[in-house]
Amino acid sequence: MTTSPEDQPALQLDCLGMKCPRPIIELARRMSEVPVGAVVELLADDPAAGPDVAAWCRMRSQQLVADQRPRFLIRRTA
Amino acid sequence: MANSVVPAFLDASSGEPMLPEAREAWNAAQDSGWGDVLRLHRPGRLAAQALDRARALVAETVGAREDEVVFVSSGTHAAHAAIAGLALGRARTGRGLVASAVEHSSVLAACDTFGDGRRVGVDRLGRVDLAGWREQVERPDVAAACLQVANHEVGTLQPYGEAAEICQGAGVPLVLDATSALGRIPLDQAGGWSVLTGWAGAFGGPASVGIMVIRRRARWRAPYPADDYQAGRWPGPVDVPAVVAAAVALHTWVQQRAEVADRQRVLVDRMRHRIAATVPDVDLAGDPDQRLPHLLTFSVLYVAGEALTLELDRAGIAVASGSACSASSEEPSHVLAAMGALTHGNIRVGLTRTSSQTEVDALCTALPPIVAELRSRLDL
Repeated sequence: MTTSPEDQPALQLDCLGMKCPRPIIELARRMSEVPVGAVVELLADDPAAGPDVAAWCRMRSQQLVADQRPRFLIRRTA
Repeated sequence: MANSVVPAFLDASSGEPMLPEAREAWNAAQDSGWGDVLRLHRPGRLAAQALDRARALVAETVGAREDEVVFVSSGTHAAHAAIAGLALGRARTGRGLVASAVEHSSVLAACDTFGDGRRVGVDRLGRVDLAGWREQVERPDVAAACLQVANHEVGTLQPYGEAAEICQGAGVPLVLDATSALGRIPLDQAGGWSVLTGWAGAFGGPASVGIMVIRRRARWRAPYPADDYQAGRWPGPVDVPAVVAAAVALHTWVQQRAEVADRQRVLVDRMRHRIAATVPDVDLAGDPDQRLPHLLTFSVLYVAGEALTLELDRAGIAVASGSACSASSEEPSHVLAAMGALTHGNIRVGLTRTSSQTEVDALCTALPPIVAELRSRLDL
């Protein structure tokens, strides 16, 4: 996964210190605030965030651009 | 049934309730199997005969010789001793201990403790990557490799025959962890393993009986001070009545295997379809076909596993969870994480030998409103 200048996040979500599944809930709740094609930056340090952000992107057909725990970049695709 | 709450125990993944056949054998063996098997008097000989019969039964089930069967005190001890013994016996070759990323935590811990633990990844269904397996096993400093017959959380069958062939080709001994498969699928032709491990609690025997079958040619050495019991492979006197009960439990499974497996397969398929159809945003994990008959794992998006298991328990349904917030660990299930499955909101269902369609339907009926209620508290 590589990042490029157009991956500048349109929205930042600071979920540091939140327990699972709260970071995923925040991600789901706020994703619609950015336009399709834009990127959301999520900060989450719960041990479950790594696998769960990836699984959420798969289940909701969103694109995981970067997983640099605790920083995740997710592109809205629909 | 008049009562709308159906008490259902659906957590056989952490142990099958004691089979009545095993309990009866255990009681009977207290009368004739209490002697010291090393003594020549009659009580000693009776106990030794009972132990020999138990060994013969286990040996037949896994395609081994009677003198290769060792009874230990738990499945965890079996895993530890199997791996430590090969690490010691093969210390001159190297310290590498290869295991799939979805092995039981006791296996992974033993690999890290007794050598240089190395993991091989799995696919989305939890099946070990055979190319990665070959690459790791064929390195020159590998003492042993460890693979489960089937995964204990999601039920996926591993390609253990192919993995064993790769080990044989590389001259690396294989520990085959048969814990969740023993009694449930035929293992008498399981191929080229060096040490096989199991646990009686998984098939309705006593939790205090672990099984370790060591091939005669295996370069396994006792990693602890051993004595005259069990040919110096596990120290101390054997709890013969418990071992008799374990053997009877295994025998009972083998006799009823096909019938029970067919019934459980239908029930798990029924759960898979009903849950997928009635619970939105659910992640069903594991291989739908190539799996153990009695296990099902799924994860419910946005819901905490702890809340799900507690609400299901209130509805009379006992299940397990691999989510960090409901397990004894801060970390989510390493099995689900390695597979790329959703780890929160996880429910692990393990059917017992007597689980009925009524119990399965109770779970399927209780789940959607519980999930809906838990989700309604979120501002999604």
